[in-house]
Amino acid sequence: MSDLPVLLEARAVAKHFGGVKALRDVSLTIRQGEVYGLIGPNGAGKTTFFNCMTGLYVPDGGGFVFAGAPLVADAPHRAAERGIARTFQNIRLFGNMTALENVMVGRHVRTRAGVFGAILRNGATRDEEAAIRRRAEELLHYVGIDDRADDLAKNLSYGDQRRLEIARALATEPKLLCLDEPAAGMNGTETEELRVLIEGIRADGTTILLIEHDVKLVMGLCDRVAVLDYGALVIEDVPAVVQHDPRVIEAYIGVAA
Amino acid sequence: MDILLQQIINGLVQGSIYAMVALGYTMVYGIMGLINFAHGEVVMIGTLVAISIVTLLVQSGMPPALAGAFGVAGAALVCMALGWSLERVAYRPLRQAQRLAPLITAIGCSIVLQNLAMMIWGRNYMTFPPLIEKTQFEFAGASFTSVQVMIVTVAALSMSGLLFLVYRTKLGMAMRATAQNPAVAGLMGVNANRVISSAFVVGSALGAVAGVMVGTYYEIAHYQMGFMLGLKAFTAAVLGGIGNLAGAMAGGVLLGLIEALGAGYIGDLTGGFLGSHYQDIFAFAVLIIVLMFRPSGLFGEKTGDRA
Repeated sequence: MSDLPVLLEARAVAKHFGGVKALRDVSLTIRQGEVYGLIGPNGAGKTTFFNCMTGLYVPDGGGFVFAGAPLVADAPHRAAERGIARTFQNIRLFGNMTALENVMVGRHVRTRAGVFGAILRNGATRDEEAAIRRRAEELLHYVGIDDRADDLAKNLSYGDQRRLEIARALATEPKLLCLDEPAAGMNGTETEELRVLIEGIRADGTTILLIEHDVKLVMGLCDRVAVLDYGALVIEDVPAVVQHDPRVIEAYIGVAA
Repeated sequence: MDILLQQIINGLVQGSIYAMVALGYTMVYGIMGLINFAHGEVVMIGTLVAISIVTLLVQSGMPPALAGAFGVAGAALVCMALGWSLERVAYRPLRQAQRLAPLITAIGCSIVLQNLAMMIWGRNYMTFPPLIEKTQFEFAGASFTSVQVMIVTVAALSMSGLLFLVYRTKLGMAMRATAQNPAVAGLMGVNANRVISSAFVVGSALGAVAGVMVGTYYEIAHYQMGFMLGLKAFTAAVLGGIGNLAGAMAGGVLLGLIEALGAGYIGDLTGGFLGSHYQDIFAFAVLIIVLMFRPSGLFGEKTGDRA
């Protein structure tokens, strides 16, 4: 595993909100093709790290190198262009659009035609829109909700909304797919289905960064795991080592007084 | 009875114009929460550009209907460029500023545009050359003209085109996604700046068409005509629920009907004390009542319920 090329390198990423240091010089390395777990207690800075990487926040220090070039995430669509896609801990779909349309929006980043194409309806634009629709249908099928294509996203069940978010993220053809607590609120069966889906995505060649509370899921899925606590990186290693590290146990359970 | 039907016809025509202009307000508001008070002036510029083009072409011997088509196209192009520039120059630098700043800027832009128009076209009323032959039709005691038919037809076609754009194309999808959640739309690769520019460009094109309609309907134009028209169209957008396309269309037609019926009956209602030239009262009474009792408008959703 360790000889795989590096896909994402975080170099001393720092972010603070007023006096609160949400991220303290976090450095970590994600390699191509691996499932990388990011865990830590609530408020440890996991989602802040995601937001810095995807251009929602601008880091106060440090930065990212993605696929060999610095990631200047000054606007969210730039991160998407570079090949980073994400889902959200609190699902953020376009609720008043259909499931299919949600996925089609995700195709934006890989397609061209603009305002004049939309008005003039030239052949190239129509072909592109047809291709977008086909690909979106394939992706809905891939995550297993193609029968809900024409339903409004807000009317989907919780588990289906999670799947739809993943399909929408995959539509951007990411090199790195970031999943923010995808199993949150799921029952055992749903979590197992999710695990199969993530395995499939990895097998298709997409690198995955996974934030998750379900330790069993993380340890079963991930090639390597990083632990954050109070905004700082505690350890980055294979699950077997992380699981037994005293600092991790301390971060999760606290030290006996 | 014939007054009722007559005023309904007049209201529909006026309402289609309001609806076309209201769409410009509502598209921009829906996507970025800005009330572009300069939109009425964009419509005014559209009318005046069309007058210049049509007059020039008709004088050089072109048939009026063809000249009119060029007039609409020219006005649309100028207004699209104007809408795009307004956003780029005046509003984009204030994207992160507090809400009042872009609002005041919008009012400033409308003053600038009025004065610019006055410098170019002068301060006198201008006659809009007739584009099609005005034939009168009779129907159940009410009368209407070919110009009125044309206005309603063109408005219906333009608005169907807009609905197609918003609900059936990639750009429209990006617009709706940005309106619901700009940050997430960005993560999907939607370029928010481009979507916002498109909203201004498309809204201004509709405004230009509306401007030509106003010109052909009243056969007269003036550099200050955008103010009242803009205010009425804004009222229509609020009535329908600002930010909502169907709302702007319905609000426009409804406001046109309210005004026309109000103007038709105000004399009877007040025993001749107020005449039909008080018709503006109705538009603004509607605005006040809507803001008091249903600020989200007829079709509007509760704020904070966008996603």
